[in-house]
Amino acid sequence: MPDATILFNITPVPFLSVLVWIFLSIAAMYFARRPFHDAMASLGRVIHNAMRVAAASVKSAQKRLDVRNREVLLAAGMEQAERRTEREFERIGTAVERNLKAYPQLQRQLRENLLRLEDDYKQSAEIPQGLSDWVKVIDAIAAIKPSGDPMVANILEDIHNTLKEQHKIALEGHRKAVSQRHGILSRMVPQWRATDKTLSGLEKAITDLTARSQAVDRCMTEYETVRIQSDAAERQLSSSSLTQFFTSGLVLGVFIIGAIINFNLVALPMSEMVGGASYIGAFRTSDVAGMFIVCLEVVVGIFLMDALRFTRLFSVIGCLDDKKRTWFFWILLIMLTILAGVESSLAFMRDRIAADMEALRQTLAGIEPSAVAASKIPTIGQMILGFILPFILTTVAMPFETFISSSRTVLGMTASWGLRALAFFLRLAGNLGYYLGRLVVNVYDLVIFPALWLEALVVRKMASASDEKNAEQDGSANRKTPMTILEEAAPCKKTND
Amino acid sequence: MQKNKRLMRLSLLVFALTAMVTAMAGCAQKANHTKGVYMLVDTSGTYTEELNKAKAIINYLLGTLTPGDTMAIGRIDTGSFSEKDIVAKVTFDQRPSVANTQKRAFQKKVAEFVSKVKSSSHTDISGGLLQAVEYLNESGSGEKYILIFSDLKEELAKGHVRDVPFQLDDFNIIALNVTKLRDDIRDPKQYMQRVELWREKAEGGGGNWRLINDLERLDNIFS
Repeated sequence: MPDATILFNITPVPFLSVLVWIFLSIAAMYFARRPFHDAMASLGRVIHNAMRVAAASVKSAQKRLDVRNREVLLAAGMEQAERRTEREFERIGTAVERNLKAYPQLQRQLRENLLRLEDDYKQSAEIPQGLSDWVKVIDAIAAIKPSGDPMVANILEDIHNTLKEQHKIALEGHRKAVSQRHGILSRMVPQWRATDKTLSGLEKAITDLTARSQAVDRCMTEYETVRIQSDAAERQLSSSSLTQFFTSGLVLGVFIIGAIINFNLVALPMSEMVGGASYIGAFRTSDVAGMFIVCLEVVVGIFLMDALRFTRLFSVIGCLDDKKRTWFFWILLIMLTILAGVESSLAFMRDRIAADMEALRQTLAGIEPSAVAASKIPTIGQMILGFILPFILTTVAMPFETFISSSRTVLGMTASWGLRALAFFLRLAGNLGYYLGRLVVNVYDLVIFPALWLEALVVRKMASASDEKNAEQDGSANRKTPMTILEEAAPCKKTND
Repeated sequence: MQKNKRLMRLSLLVFALTAMVTAMAGCAQKANHTKGVYMLVDTSGTYTEELNKAKAIINYLLGTLTPGDTMAIGRIDTGSFSEKDIVAKVTFDQRPSVANTQKRAFQKKVAEFVSKVKSSSHTDISGGLLQAVEYLNESGSGEKYILIFSDLKEELAKGHVRDVPFQLDDFNIIALNVTKLRDDIRDPKQYMQRVELWREKAEGGGGNWRLINDLERLDNIFS
């Protein structure tokens, strides 16, 4: 092993040795200055360029990812808008079918009512017969001046009586006719009311349809906004996607807790069925079997929701024709009910096993087994929980679908942010590398500053010497003889000689 | 043609399912997480007075062991290397309810033993240990524990030879309730030497040695 102290012993005085080494080092560094500067500049440029190229590549990847994210987001938004519009169309279709199916009947009813009203109107419009022509005769007779003749008086008396009778009969006839017309008019009232009611129903249906059509219009506007792929639609969808991601994640978390509770209900009794000592890998077979049952319930639930068209995780189920889909739904519902029944009985078995284990533990601990509470409420409660939980777990399909669809967007956005940050750090590293190279060069020069100072001194001296020499040369060249001055002062005249 | 394709797909599916089930069954067979516990109970001299503590430990073990585990109690007497010295033994059934019944029967057997036990004149711990090793190896348990409930003072009868090397690979040897004898109180070195001797024997045979004197810390047995 070479001893480092030997370096300090090249002269008898260590300090001198150190000075010698410093001098030698500075000299070596001075002579290596140019190659070192070049090397550092090259290194800086290499790092700078490499990082810039890498950053550009990452930036390009990020842009591609952004485009892809935008496509995915808009496709998801498009699908969502389509679904919403489709649902609105279904609703409007149902409304039209419900309200306007009876339209022909309604029209017939209205026409009948109107015909009846018309008949009644015509009947009520008949004018009773006026007074006969003999009234004019009577008027003429009545105008005869009394002559005092008793015969004439008798005749007039008879005429008066006849007139009174006739008047009475005419009045009665008139009253009867008016009463008949009133009767006809009062019969018209319920028909008016029925017509009014029918028209009100029609108005309500039309209003409902108008509201539905407005909703369809709104959906179509949204659909159009997404279809033209505007930035506003993208921003809205992006924000909506993030909200959906976190909300559905939260709900899924709650469902996972429910699934764990469900699993705990079935795991212990499963050991009674499949054995408590066998393992699959590092897991008990009974635990795996319990988890399998819970997962099976979730899967059946997802299929069920797809069959109901609440979700669209498996397009095959949604594409089935209605009859087959209905059959599929009923089969799944029966399966789920059977599973719920099995789980309920397992919950009962669990309660029994747990009670037996507790009794054994008490016996082993030397404690008198406590009198088991006669109440069966906990057992019944567990059984009900075991029966209900599978049905509740079926609804996990909805948040799960939302989570999956929104996670595509969120993951894409996260990856894009990551790439952007990476590009930034690469550019930063490139610039740092470049300027670090320059810093190292400056520090290098700082270390060898005595040599540089010496060099500058020598160069200055040499430059001043050279300047003096040049000045001398210039001076000798510019020095003019008196003859030359005279020649310059008197310009040479050209003669023709 | 289409039928053939369908048949082919179906046969592939059946094959994949069969392979999956076989692999899972293979996994199920390979993994051995069962425990085998053999507890040696010293019945020599005045140590019989400690047997109620042994009973409490056995009860604790019964409460801890799960279906598929094996448990046996062997007595340490003058000649312990004998099947006759196995007081009770059981391999718990896979079903928890049956295992509970077996535990109750086991507990009853141990209680009878404790109530009727007579002290022996000599203490053959090595013989008991050899018997325990033999039994647990036969049981095929995944984790093997030998609990020695004794003061660890071996006193062999004349003519008994116990210079057989122990083969204790994968065994956990746990000494429980190693009481201090009258001589130990006078000279603690004797106690330490005794414990050290058994530690060397256990570890020399490839086993793991532990000492638990505080019976409140029984939960450390299977840690």
